[in-house]
Amino acid sequence: MLEHVELFFKSIFIDNMVFATFLGMCSYLAVSKKVTTAVGLGAAVIFVLAVTVPLNWLLDQYLLKDGALAWLGPEYADYNLSFLSFILFIATIATMVQLVEIVVEKFSPALYNSLGIFLPLIAVNCAILGGSLFMQAREIPTLGLAFNYGLSSGIGWFLAILAIAAIREKIRYSNVPPPLRGLGITFIITGLMAIGFMSFGGMLTGGDEAAPAPETTTVQQTEKEKTKLEKETEENAVSYNTIIKE
Amino acid sequence: MALLSKKDANLILDPLADNNPITIQVLGICSALAITAELKASIVMALSVVFVLGLGNVVISMMRNIIPSKIRIIVQLVVVAALVIIVDQVLKAFAYELSKTLAVFVGLIITNCIIMGRFEAFALGNGVWRSFLDGIGNAAGYGLILIIVGFFRELLGSGTLLGFQVLGDPIAKTGLYSIGYENNGFMLLSPMALIVVGLLIWVQRSRNKDLIEEN
Repeated sequence: MLEHVELFFKSIFIDNMVFATFLGMCSYLAVSKKVTTAVGLGAAVIFVLAVTVPLNWLLDQYLLKDGALAWLGPEYADYNLSFLSFILFIATIATMVQLVEIVVEKFSPALYNSLGIFLPLIAVNCAILGGSLFMQAREIPTLGLAFNYGLSSGIGWFLAILAIAAIREKIRYSNVPPPLRGLGITFIITGLMAIGFMSFGGMLTGGDEAAPAPETTTVQQTEKEKTKLEKETEENAVSYNTIIKE
Repeated sequence: MALLSKKDANLILDPLADNNPITIQVLGICSALAITAELKASIVMALSVVFVLGLGNVVISMMRNIIPSKIRIIVQLVVVAALVIIVDQVLKAFAYELSKTLAVFVGLIITNCIIMGRFEAFALGNGVWRSFLDGIGNAAGYGLILIIVGFFRELLGSGTLLGFQVLGDPIAKTGLYSIGYENNGFMLLSPMALIVVGLLIWVQRSRNKDLIEEN
């Protein structure tokens, strides 16, 4: 449970898709002029990431990883198809986006209308493929965690685009130097926000209690040695004193 | 030039400055920012994109009359993914250390918006040779920004270029360091890439007033 909570906050704040790894920048810059459209795209990204990351996790575990084909029989055990992961991941994403679009249109026309044209655009959003590739690179161990990772990365992206859209709506009333207007100032604001988000970096470092266990034992040992030494020196001092007295 | 007519030459030269994919068209930002802390990584990334976009444009342009327009996105994705796999495998074989630094960002060339953008906007409607030039030009414009950003970040951040200490030795206090210069470690952090690109845009748009946006 704790690892779920940790991964959740880590992918929203510390490894934020936009501010830490710059994924999905294109749509982040293009669709952040108004808050309402930003919310639509953000919601679609959360949705698609939460669907495709676990799906690609299954593909990675049972098809692509080194030795992943062992379930077919021992003669397949040393196949390593990981070089195919790019093409398979992107194909999964493209088909899933299509499928999600059809399903959402059928069962929830209201949601479909609010997401509008953003759903098909998402297939080529780097945040989606990036989510799957980072999932593979970080070797996320279980399906549940993979789902959690997709969902929370999506939420992080949503948060970022919402924030920049709100700022851009306000900045229209400010006097920005003409060459910086539009794109330039957006870049610089995003840079400053990214610096702000870096301060979350220390948020979860206090949590690993299990790791430093051997260290404490060594510390105790050294402390024991220290006390021993002190005792010895005291004894020595005492003996010296006695010698001097004598 | 005899090899290139003026129109063809413009296909290459335009994206380098006034129609730059990154600073004007706002495409392909993701990878531009994440890997530019070192000049070497920027150059390799630029070359990979030149390869993928040049060849991809040629392939798509050759197939443009037989791709049904309804499934063109997935055809394009498959073509890019195949080319990117080649780049990735070559990098892993010949420059393993570098492919570790670039990590997932090689894979993310697939979703680099420049590539899909050029396929859609150019290769689907133009001949093979022109598409090839367009691909090379746009990828070079992208690479140019990458290399400029990488140059400044590595020079100011760690005082080196391609790993050589061009400003002197910070520990032995030679060269610039002897008069009290210090490396700005901040430049190595990822947010600075955004700010450097922002400043580049500022410089470019002050020089060419036509590019200034309304808002």
